[in-house]
Amino acid sequence: MHNNSDKQKDQVFRMTGVDTRKCMKCGKCSASCPSFNEMQYRPHQFVDMVTKGRIEELMASPSIYHCLSCFACVERCPRGVEPAVVVEAIRNLAERKQGGTYFSPDEVPELIDGTVPQQALVSAFRKYRK
Amino acid sequence: MQRIGVFVCWCGSNIAATVDVERVAQVMKNEPGVVFSTDYQYMCSEAGQAIIRNAIAEHKLTGIVVCSCSPRMHEATFRKTAQRAGLNPYMVEIANIREQCSWIHKDKEEGTEKAIVLARAALAKVMLNAPLIAGQSSVTKRALVIGGGIAGIQSALDIADAGYEVDIVEKEPTIGGKMSKLDKTFPTLDCSACILTPKMVDAAQNEKITLYTYSEVEEVKGFVGNFNVKIRRKARYVKEDVCTGCGACMQKCPSKKGLNEFNLGLNKRTAIYIPFAQAIPNVAVIDATQCIKIKNNKCGLCDTVCAAKAIDYNQQDEFIEREYGAIVMATGFNPIKLDKFNEYSYAECPDVITSLELERIMNAAGPTGGKLVKMSNGEHPHDITFIQCVGSRDISGRGKCYCSKICCMYTAKHAMLIRDKYPDVNVHVFYIDVRTPGKNFDEFYRRAVEEYSVDYIKGQVGKVYPEGDHLVVQGVDMLANEQIIHKTDMVVLATAIEPDPTARKIASMLTASIDTNDFITEAHPKLRPVESPTAGIFLSGVCQGPKDIPETVAQAGAAAVKVLGLLSKDKLVTNPCVSQSNELLCNGCSMCQNVCPYGAIGYEDKLINDHGIRETRRVAVVNEALCQGCGACTVTCPSGAMDLKGFTNKQIMAEVDAICK
Repeated sequence: MHNNSDKQKDQVFRMTGVDTRKCMKCGKCSASCPSFNEMQYRPHQFVDMVTKGRIEELMASPSIYHCLSCFACVERCPRGVEPAVVVEAIRNLAERKQGGTYFSPDEVPELIDGTVPQQALVSAFRKYRK
Repeated sequence: MQRIGVFVCWCGSNIAATVDVERVAQVMKNEPGVVFSTDYQYMCSEAGQAIIRNAIAEHKLTGIVVCSCSPRMHEATFRKTAQRAGLNPYMVEIANIREQCSWIHKDKEEGTEKAIVLARAALAKVMLNAPLIAGQSSVTKRALVIGGGIAGIQSALDIADAGYEVDIVEKEPTIGGKMSKLDKTFPTLDCSACILTPKMVDAAQNEKITLYTYSEVEEVKGFVGNFNVKIRRKARYVKEDVCTGCGACMQKCPSKKGLNEFNLGLNKRTAIYIPFAQAIPNVAVIDATQCIKIKNNKCGLCDTVCAAKAIDYNQQDEFIEREYGAIVMATGFNPIKLDKFNEYSYAECPDVITSLELERIMNAAGPTGGKLVKMSNGEHPHDITFIQCVGSRDISGRGKCYCSKICCMYTAKHAMLIRDKYPDVNVHVFYIDVRTPGKNFDEFYRRAVEEYSVDYIKGQVGKVYPEGDHLVVQGVDMLANEQIIHKTDMVVLATAIEPDPTARKIASMLTASIDTNDFITEAHPKLRPVESPTAGIFLSGVCQGPKDIPETVAQAGAAAVKVLGLLSKDKLVTNPCVSQSNELLCNGCSMCQNVCPYGAIGYEDKLINDHGIRETRRVAVVNEALCQGCGACTVTCPSGAMDLKGFTNKQIMAEVDAICK
């Protein structure tokens, strides 16, 4: 069985190196999270939903922007699951998808005006590839 | 010329499903030296062994190759089979076509090919085998138990009960171990001291048992049946045989700043002290780091008040050496250090304690006299929060990867005891899973919930921090999908347990293997759970893996039975696969002597006749009673003079050649 959700799961794994099956559902990530109450899906749910391949739902959720990347969950997770890294990966997936094709290398010369930092352009490629 | 028989086992479908056993037997039939080859469903069965015996007689076999499971499983079986048929048992070779072949391959073609290669290697070796005769060694009828907790005490009592001498070496000034620190025991809630101290007294009074407390194993030499152990008796600065345990010294001692080890440092003790009221032996000990007399040569009050004249400030560590036939490891455990778990504020807040500390606080002989109070201000708490799995099941590197096994039950016990004695105190337990496999265990936990209304919350705690007089616990209730900010008075951490650090040290002295967590490895996880793979070493208690008191006592008894089985023998059959030195090749360099872990190699000046040249040379001589056949000398010997009987360099090379052909 190789549907889209499996593909996305695989992609999250390749981006993060995190095997979400290591999670033992202790909830320490959510217990540590300062944004818990803001989030539609809580850190432990992120991990669980990735394991189940429910990545589209996560990508569509505003929760991906509520993670503060404080990494408290990464620090304290007893299983090395790194929930914040997983959240970031899904945020990246969502952003890259939103980009479509609107940023192409051909446009780069026009954008170099001496004020735009090169780092920003490099980052833009990362976020809006193809 | 050798006449070899080859016997290929199917092991039901274990081998036959992945290896074409019939083809292996066919191919081997055509190998030079092989006069008989067959396959059978279960070679280890009586019928299978009969096939081997008949073939040995009928075809006048001089050696056999059995293609089957690991030699660790059935080598002994097939050696006995050969012996019954009149063949020397060391003319048997096993080709491991199960663990090293069928179990690790999926493709039958590949598996079959490898099985043939392994069979050919075993054949090449057996062609060079020579009959060997096993020798005998004596057994010292005395056992050593390392560790004087409940595990060591029970093993020693059982060994002594059967009439054998047994010594306990305990590093603390008293026996009793962790169990003596516990208040009540699950699931019956009986008082720990009430059931342990009679056993401690039994151990002290049993004339077959000698206690070496405040002592450590310094060095171990020898082998099964004949261990030679050096024990360091640390200076107590009190004559053990003179002190009456009256305690007058403790009352007068002006140095009162030492941390009370028995109460886990929750209160202070004097420099001269008896660890606790029921200590065995009931003898004082001086903490040299705290004693004013020893440090500054002032004071000396204890000597003045001691009516028995037991104080000796000049006492030195003493060493004793003894012979033992068997050794029981019962080195126990400790809760892990919490310095990597800053989120619980354990170091900063006195009201955040470990479960073992709570045991002392609840105990009548503890720092608070058994009154449950906040350690910060002595006030009565109204709300207590327990956190489970602190450092257990943790693969992040901060804790231990395993389940500590006892925490679920003792937390339920603590929760229940507190609710019973102080019904006004609210008790909450943050848990990941509640694990209660054991007789009357789940019923016990359910009582905590259903009868005592302990609030079990499925989820973990992110952090604990002080706020005014209270503590705040930030946790999660995963079933409600809610974050909880909870004000509480005390936090109790169910801290993971780990083997005592002495386990690793002693294991390396005994050449007993340990796992990645420093637990001592058993010879077989199911069938030989109380023996180390190193002969003569037995395992008792938590040094082998986390376990509770009933399990520890059961295992301690099992280890004792194994010890008795060994001590009841007058002679042990030794392994004839020992080293021998070719004195014509030996250049007297001593390298073998230096690497030998058993002290089995000595050097002699011998008159050698080297092809007509007669001269005196210094050559290596192996003491066959001491040699354990480890082979370290054979690989070290630069001149190729050392060889291991049954595993000669020639035999090993023949095996390698057969594989590479």
